[in-house]
Amino acid sequence: MIRFTNVSKRYPGGHEALSNIDLHLAPGEMAFLTGHSGAGKSSLLKLIALVERASAGQVVVGGQNLGKVRRGRIPYHRRNIGMIFQDHRLLFDRTVFDNVALPLIIAGHRRAEIERRVRAALDKVGLLGKERSYPITLSGGEQQRVGIARAVVGKPPVVLADEPTGNLDPMLSREIMALFRDFNQVGVTVLIATHDLDLVRRLPYRVLRLDHGRLAFDGHGRTA
Amino acid sequence: MNAPAKGRSSGASTIRSSIGTAVASWGIRHLQTFFYTLGQIWRRPFSALMTAAVLGIALALPAGLHVLLTNVQQVMSGWDGGTQVSLFLRRELAESEAERLAAKLRTHRDIAGVDYISREQAMEEFRRLSGFGNALDALSENPLPSVLVVRPVLGRSDPDSVKRLLDELGANPQVELAQLDMQWVKRLFALMEIGRRGVWVLGALLALAVLLVVGNTIRLAIQNQRDEIVITKLIGGTDTFIRRPFLYSGFWYGLFGALIAFALVQSSLWALAGPVQELAGLYRSSFRLDTLDALTTAGLLFGGTGLGLLGSWIAVGRHLRDIEPT
Repeated sequence: MIRFTNVSKRYPGGHEALSNIDLHLAPGEMAFLTGHSGAGKSSLLKLIALVERASAGQVVVGGQNLGKVRRGRIPYHRRNIGMIFQDHRLLFDRTVFDNVALPLIIAGHRRAEIERRVRAALDKVGLLGKERSYPITLSGGEQQRVGIARAVVGKPPVVLADEPTGNLDPMLSREIMALFRDFNQVGVTVLIATHDLDLVRRLPYRVLRLDHGRLAFDGHGRTA
Repeated sequence: MNAPAKGRSSGASTIRSSIGTAVASWGIRHLQTFFYTLGQIWRRPFSALMTAAVLGIALALPAGLHVLLTNVQQVMSGWDGGTQVSLFLRRELAESEAERLAAKLRTHRDIAGVDYISREQAMEEFRRLSGFGNALDALSENPLPSVLVVRPVLGRSDPDSVKRLLDELGANPQVELAQLDMQWVKRLFALMEIGRRGVWVLGALLALAVLLVVGNTIRLAIQNQRDEIVITKLIGGTDTFIRRPFLYSGFWYGLFGALIAFALVQSSLWALAGPVQELAGLYRSSFRLDTLDALTTAGLLFGGTGLGLLGSWIAVGRHLRDIEPT
C-alpha cells in the first residue's frame, strides 16, 4: 500500500530530515513510527500525504507514484488518506457535525448520504450526542476523536496519525489506540507516529524506528 | 438485431444520467455556496455594509456624472438645429439697399429665411437687453449696424455647408462681417466632449478603485481563514472548492455596491428634480431631469458585480497559492 524506495528528504538550507528510507507497508497493515523528536517521523508522513515531496527516491501509495502526481491532482490523492494531527486541526467556528462532514462536502456527496455517514462516524468514536456542540466545548480527548471521525468518514484506505495521543492521559490513549485497531481490522492501512514507547511495546504491531532520518529498526513492538 | 441496440441505448442513458448527477451536484454546491456566503455577510452586516458603501460611492460617481451629461445633452439637442448666420451690414448702407439684399438672399437655395433687423430695431433691442440704456442716450448717433439674420436650409446645416455659406455671404461687399452664431454652441459641444471623456477616465479610475477595494477585502478574508484553508487542503479540498466562497463574496460585494450606487444616484436625482424643474420653468422649458434609464441601470449592476467578481478572482489567484499546509 505504501512503498518507499531509497527516499531522502532534504529541506532548503541543507537539513536532511530523511535519508535513504526503504520500507513497505502491505494493504491492511498497521504499524507504529517511533523515534526521538526531529528524527523525521512527521517528514515521512508528510511525504505520504504529499504535503512535501521527496528530494530523492520514490514514494508509491496505492500503486500511484507520488512523484508523478501533478499539483492539481494532490487533493484527489489526499482524499484517499485520512489524516489525524496532534493539534486536532478542527474548525472552531463550526459544529462537530460540520467538522466531520467537511471531507464529504468536499467530495460532493448528497445531504442525506452525508448525514448518514457523519452519524455513523460519530457513533464509532462515541460522540453521537455531541454533533451540535462546538469543538471548543469538548475535552482534548473528545476533540481528538472528532479529528479521527473526520479522518475516517470518507472511508479512506490509508489512515495516518501524527502523535494522536500526544496530549492525552494513558487511559484516553488506550481508547484512541483501540479505535485505530478497529479501523485496521476492517482493512484500513494505519501508520501512527508516536514517541509513546510504553504504549507501543504493549501492542503486537510492527514498529519502525527512525534515528536522525534513517530507518534504525523495523520489527515487532516487544523487541523495539 | 434489437438486443445490441437496446444495450447501447441503455449505456448511453447511464452516461447521460451520471452526467446529469454530476451537473446537479455541481449546481447544488454552487447554490450552497451562494447562500452560505450570503449568510456570512448577513452575520457581519456592518463590515460588509462598510465595504459595499465604499464600492457604492465609487460606482455612483461615474454613473451620476453620466446621467447628468445625458441630461445636458438632451437640453442641447434642440440647439444645433438653430444654426444661424448674422450679417452685419456696412453702416453707410441705406435701409432700402439692405432690404433689397434681404430679398435677394431669400431666393438663395441654401437659405431658409432671412430676418432684417434695422439699425433702430437693433438699438431698441440693445437698449432693452443690455441695461446700458442711459449710456446710449449720451451718444449722438446710433453706433449699431443693421443686421440680416440668415437661417440656412435645415438639410444643409452641417458644419461644412454652413462654412461655405458663411464664406459666400462674407464675400459680399455690402457685408461688413458675417458671423456664425453657432460658435458658442460648438464650444459647448467641445466642452461636453471633454466632459464625456472625463467621465470615462474617472470611471476607469474608480473601477480600478473598486477592484482594489474588493481585492483587499478578499485578501483580508483569506488571511483570516488561513487555518481553515490549510485544513481544507489537507483533507482534499481542491483550489476550485476553496476559491468558490471567496468568489461569491466578491460577487455579493459588487452587487450590493452597485445597488447602493443605484440608490445614491436615484436619490440625488430625485433631490435635484424639483429645483431643475423650477429653473426650466423660468426658461419656459418643459425639460424634466431624466433618471437612470434601464440600460445604464443594467450597466451599473452588471459592471459592479463583474468588478466585484474580477477583484476577488485576482485576490484569490494571488493569495490562495501561497497558503499550503506545512
